[in-house]
Amino acid sequence: MIATEEIMHAFDVENIRRQFPVLNRTVKGKPLVYLDSAATSQKPQVVIDALVDYYSGFNANIHRGIHSLAEEATAAFEATRDAVKNFIHASSREEIIFTRGTTEGINLVAYTWGRQNIKAGDEIIISAMEHHSNIVPWQVLCEEKNAVLKVIPINDEGELLMDEFYKLLSPKTKLVSVVHVSNALGTVNPVKQITDAAHNAGAVVMIDGAQSTVHLDIDVQQLDCDFFAFSAHKLYGPTGAGVLFGKKHLLETMPVFQGGGEMIKEVTFAKTTFNDLPYKYEAGTPNIADVVAFKAALDFISETGKEAIAQHEHELLRYATAQLQSIPGLTIIGRAKEKAGVASFIIEKLHTQDIAIILDNQGIAVRTGHHCTQPLMDRFGISGTTRASFAVYNTRQEIDALVSGLHKAIRLLS
Amino acid sequence: MNNTISIEETEREIVEEFALFDSWDDKYEYIIDLGKKLEPLDAQYKTDDNKVRGCQSTVWLAAFYEDGRVIFKADSDAVIVKGLISMLIRVLSGHTPDEILNAKLGFIQEIGMTTHLAQTRSNGLLSMVKQMKNYAMVFKVKEQNG
Ligand SMILES: Cc1ncc(COP(=O)(O)O)c(C=O)c1O
Repeated sequence: MIATEEIMHAFDVENIRRQFPVLNRTVKGKPLVYLDSAATSQKPQVVIDALVDYYSGFNANIHRGIHSLAEEATAAFEATRDAVKNFIHASSREEIIFTRGTTEGINLVAYTWGRQNIKAGDEIIISAMEHHSNIVPWQVLCEEKNAVLKVIPINDEGELLMDEFYKLLSPKTKLVSVVHVSNALGTVNPVKQITDAAHNAGAVVMIDGAQSTVHLDIDVQQLDCDFFAFSAHKLYGPTGAGVLFGKKHLLETMPVFQGGGEMIKEVTFAKTTFNDLPYKYEAGTPNIADVVAFKAALDFISETGKEAIAQHEHELLRYATAQLQSIPGLTIIGRAKEKAGVASFIIEKLHTQDIAIILDNQGIAVRTGHHCTQPLMDRFGISGTTRASFAVYNTRQEIDALVSGLHKAIRLLS
Repeated sequence: MNNTISIEETEREIVEEFALFDSWDDKYEYIIDLGKKLEPLDAQYKTDDNKVRGCQSTVWLAAFYEDGRVIFKADSDAVIVKGLISMLIRVLSGHTPDEILNAKLGFIQEIGMTTHLAQTRSNGLLSMVKQMKNYAMVFKVKEQNG
């Protein structure tokens, strides 16, 4: 107890809030209460500054130029790669591929590794709580290859039924691709056990880390997963940049994704030889500015302390869950023992869209709808939820504002 | 069902009613109230064909043609959208296809509900207006063809 209080004390949320300029604004005349960080997080001043510094100080196309600006830009771009490698504990910088985001990372694997390795009759396993980004690429692949998509079911609390997963595994299983933390439920999945079991069955493992990277410590070597994808914009970084981690031996043997500049060694009309990792998968001019600024976001996280952030968010989630449950007619969707970052709920007789409009009129930003997880919503027999998600800058007072906003919504709408 | 008040006049009425409200809360309370009072749509018209696309909530819109005038009936599972639809019906229903096709519907902006017109809101006011005008066009073409 004392230890927790000490950490809470050391964690100065007001100081954090001052670093996020957008949090100063008002919406409909009320102070903004931003509870939609699972969709995208707000950006600290250091990230905004890094973008401005890049464009005003050393904007240049990277890797090829022999002039000072190009060298500075290249160094900054590659420095982010090193920072990412350390952030997720990859064994080598060659395993870090820059993408547009999680969605592109998953598609890259589906179009390269998938098209090379999946054959008719093979099986790909995903789970019932996947984001559409981790469903559609595999569906397309399965259709093309006459392969079979299998789905790990969940219980009413929103936890994977691991026994059912073990039963789905067979020599036909070629890939298991699961979400680490569910964006709709907050469930933290046991990805280490999943990876070990999948490997025992001879399958390759991909993890959708879109939501987990910001809340949990990620160690891809300890997890032993083969691929891990995430987005900078959910990690206090800019939009339009993301990362695909892949084990080197897989990335080396996979076919290329897109052809063009940067990813080549030599081009003649007869034949092209491809560049080494990681450049082989980074065709064309990449999103230099956003990748460069992403490092400022990673530094912000390490300086604030990932442990302290996680503790703060956990405390907020615990408090929010308790407060929300006291609202008559409210049901929490997703009551897994291991949760992170989001509280999803429905309120008897109220439509989520109406709730969101009333909350917006009070300056409160939440997300409503199916959260790009329609099959999951079907599993719960609902069309959508209202989701409040929590980040480093949120406070208990904001949760109190949400709760009183919901009381108001109930009063007005019923 | 012949609407004797012109579209513009009805729009003006609504703008005057909204001028009485000085807060967002009051405006929305009024819209919610309209939504609750909207005449329910008969179950037989709640078909997939009558669903309006582009809405986060489910919205059904049915249109009937009587004596040269278009009658709209609608329903939704979300009450604020229902209130907004109720205003559109009050303005447009009972008019001729031409009157509907020419309607500017400036009142939506004047009462401060433009956010609900944005594509991103996906709560259907824009899709709804489009759908109502589509119906008017269909009835007009049908009549011209005989
Ligand atoms: C679990 C999960 N997977 C994938 C994605 C897709 O991420 P992006 O849109 O950044 O590619 C998201 C984003 O909402 C997500 O929450």
